[in-house]
Amino acid sequence: MTAIPLQLPRRLIEFTLDGQETRVPEGSTILDACRAAGKDIPTLCEGDTLTPKNACRVCVVEVEGARVLAPACSRKAEAGMTVSTDSERARHSRKIVLELLASSTDLSTTPRAAEWIKEYEAKPERFGEDAARLNEEPKVDNDLYVRDYDKCIQCYKCVDACGEQWQNSFAISVAGRGFDARISTEHDTPLTDSACVYCGNCIEVCPTGALSFKTEFDMREAGTWDESAQTETTTICAYCGVGCNLTLHVQENEIVKVTSPHDNPVTHGNLCIKGRFGFQHVQQR
Amino acid sequence: MKKRDRTPKTYARITYPMVRDEKGGPLRRASWDEALDRAAQGLGAARGAFGMFSCARATNEMNYVAQKFARVVMGTNNVDSCNRTCHAPSVAGLSAVFGSGGGTSSYGEVDHTDLIVMWGSNARFAHPIFFQHVLRGIRNGARMYAVDPRRTSTAEWAESWLGLNVGTDIPLAHAVGREIIHAGLHNVSFIERATTGFEEYAAEVEPWTLSVAEKVTGVPAEAIRDLAHAYARAERAQLCWTLGITEHHNGTDNVRALINLALLTGHVGRYGSGVQPLRGQNNVQGGGDMGAIPNRLPGFQDILEEGVRQKFETAWDTVIQPQYGMTLTAMFEAMETGDLKAVYCIGENPAQSEADSEQAVERMKQLDYLVVQDIFLTKTAELADVVLPATAAWAETDGTTTNSERRVQRVRKAVEPPGEAREDIDIICDLAGRLGHPWKYADAESVWNELRSVSPDHYGMSYERLEEHQGIQWPCPDTEKLEPTYLHGRLWEADPAKRGRLAPFGIVKHDPPVDLTDDQFPIRLTTGRRLDSYNTGVQSGSFASPLRRGEYVELCPEDAERYGVTVGEEVRISSRRGTVQAPVWIDPGLRPGLAFMTMHFPDEVDTNQLTIEANCPIAGTAEFKASAIRIEKLPVTSTASLSASA
Repeated sequence: MTAIPLQLPRRLIEFTLDGQETRVPEGSTILDACRAAGKDIPTLCEGDTLTPKNACRVCVVEVEGARVLAPACSRKAEAGMTVSTDSERARHSRKIVLELLASSTDLSTTPRAAEWIKEYEAKPERFGEDAARLNEEPKVDNDLYVRDYDKCIQCYKCVDACGEQWQNSFAISVAGRGFDARISTEHDTPLTDSACVYCGNCIEVCPTGALSFKTEFDMREAGTWDESAQTETTTICAYCGVGCNLTLHVQENEIVKVTSPHDNPVTHGNLCIKGRFGFQHVQQR
Repeated sequence: MKKRDRTPKTYARITYPMVRDEKGGPLRRASWDEALDRAAQGLGAARGAFGMFSCARATNEMNYVAQKFARVVMGTNNVDSCNRTCHAPSVAGLSAVFGSGGGTSSYGEVDHTDLIVMWGSNARFAHPIFFQHVLRGIRNGARMYAVDPRRTSTAEWAESWLGLNVGTDIPLAHAVGREIIHAGLHNVSFIERATTGFEEYAAEVEPWTLSVAEKVTGVPAEAIRDLAHAYARAERAQLCWTLGITEHHNGTDNVRALINLALLTGHVGRYGSGVQPLRGQNNVQGGGDMGAIPNRLPGFQDILEEGVRQKFETAWDTVIQPQYGMTLTAMFEAMETGDLKAVYCIGENPAQSEADSEQAVERMKQLDYLVVQDIFLTKTAELADVVLPATAAWAETDGTTTNSERRVQRVRKAVEPPGEAREDIDIICDLAGRLGHPWKYADAESVWNELRSVSPDHYGMSYERLEEHQGIQWPCPDTEKLEPTYLHGRLWEADPAKRGRLAPFGIVKHDPPVDLTDDQFPIRLTTGRRLDSYNTGVQSGSFASPLRRGEYVELCPEDAERYGVTVGEEVRISSRRGTVQAPVWIDPGLRPGLAFMTMHFPDEVDTNQLTIEANCPIAGTAEFKASAIRIEKLPVTSTASLSASA
């Protein structure tokens, strides 16, 4: 008989975090330790359901003795290490990263971006008006969701969610190199000609709002999107028997967006096309 | 002949009650009082000939109150739901072997298992988020085998695809069993300790050599041998199935044949090893658990046990009929004989979901009284004498539902219902009041707490704990502890007292599909789901899916060539029961002689006019998966006039 796979008890390791002795379970990242200690480190490409690609560099911290700054989201805490999250060098690096991102992409729908820009005294405007990388129209090629690549920071989260980390549909990937790199469908076809199955699991992980529900996109265009007037209620999907947890975002008694709790044992934040977008029947009033 | 309309019908919510003044007359708007008075009168007049169709889409709480209405107010066990058209054989098979009608494993175990068999299941389309657990398992090193007549998108991920002929699941399972025994890979100590009937089983499967099985199933002997050895040698293995197993005239036998393999190898009752039906409606598991089936009381307790009946009789102050009620299938037959005169149908659409749908409609027209409670004016509601507008359970009410891994989870109200629509439980209670049973429930939680008091399996699940744990799996008899994520660990106990009732092997025989193919009807039609659509499409038709392409009859390239038809060409499809028209789609995942259709667009192409109402004698499920059809090219003129009129 197989035993239940209990993991080996994880040892606690000790290291110094901003001058404080800290103990975290072996295998924790520096970011885990920071969050456990109540420290607020900015993150963009890190996602609680994904393995980070270390693309955005906004969470960098200084590790004593290391030549370069380390991304807190990926670097494992090691015994005896000395980490500064708020050193001059780390703060300066974060400031530059925010300036580069905010000057080249539209962070207007990125939660907390404005707050971080203020905190780190970043001045993205110093790169001028024409620093925008793409300057193109949002891609509206279907009625369910919109891709606005002016807002894309190429964090890879959508690619990972669509690909091998969750959905395994591989409808999108990074195309091009260097400054030409961008997220694209195969041969840059419209979504309707791609392998997309409209699960919306890419929207779920997008940190900037580059990917959004068509309902949200349209309401933002019309100026009616108002998160402060929305309620979020978690219920169970009305379709098959898997029992996915849906969080319904409701504004003025209309469902405007559907997400799923990332810590849910059934979904881990993922849904299919019916759960994500199949709510319209309730509102045929 | 039906005219084709490519835009799917969208259904508007019903916002007020409606009544019909005379048979054949129109439905007209009515007040709640008038509608409820009439419904109460109509149902009350039919005591002794009443049936309840309860809703596998509504909450546990609603199902509890609905079955209580049937049993206490109407004095009958005639209560059932659409579980009868899908997984009733799974429940019947599992409870016959293990005494409990749920899948034995949890989704999380699939992530960590070594081998996954997907038998008659296109979970990639029909249960996409379950399939993400399968993909995780595969990424973690598990091997997956797909057994399906079609090379589906699930099969694309398989180590090996066993493309069997429709309706030959038992020969294939028996051949796997025989090969395991002959290779000496069966788990002798588990068989001796935890099962009965092994000798008889071994004798039953003995004729099914690999070569005989290859002839009958069409699966190469080597592939069968490979599956047998992989399954038997795996440290842990999950055996999952969907309607490819159950929607046959011998669905329960099919289920037993699969469970036999788990008993043979000891792949049950351990972490990562189990048998798992994937269920098709958000609360079809819960509906049965709540007693909205004709043979069980809430908590899946058997009506025939006197002690159980006494408990409920005391709790409900009533007398419970000491025999099983009629299944949905039997109720439809009883409509024809006049033994069933009135039906209270909540949230079901049998006019389109039953096999041989024309016959189902004719039978419902013979009822003296039909009350339909729904969120849409479905084809079934159009037949009703009274239509009661309800709330959409999943978004407009509070309560719980139970998923395929037996996890009871909270449903919460997020939006206000439209117009005069009311909650199912309130409507049922108003009707009960008019029929002499003034029930009062403050809210869904008070219904749930009443259920907890009569169902030991749910006793430990307070709303507070459900919230805390993001749902709890039954059984949960204790308010402090949680049980293991898998069932029937008892079978591994050394102490016979703790081991409990031993699990019997099912002695089942091959029985080919009832609707035989011949020169007249040479093609085997099987049915199923697509990714973006759902059942009769009432619910999934109204969102703008870019994947939706309407109904097609799907053929393999060879058959398309043989009949000289091309993609999009309208053809006539006939079975021994009916004829429909649909355009052709070509799917290289099909094989010569095998066609596929869905039931998602019945207003466009009523596929169930073709299917056969050949029912499983144990569970009553019809053989949706195996009809014999023929395909005919339309005369050129007829096509032209059709497109002109469309």
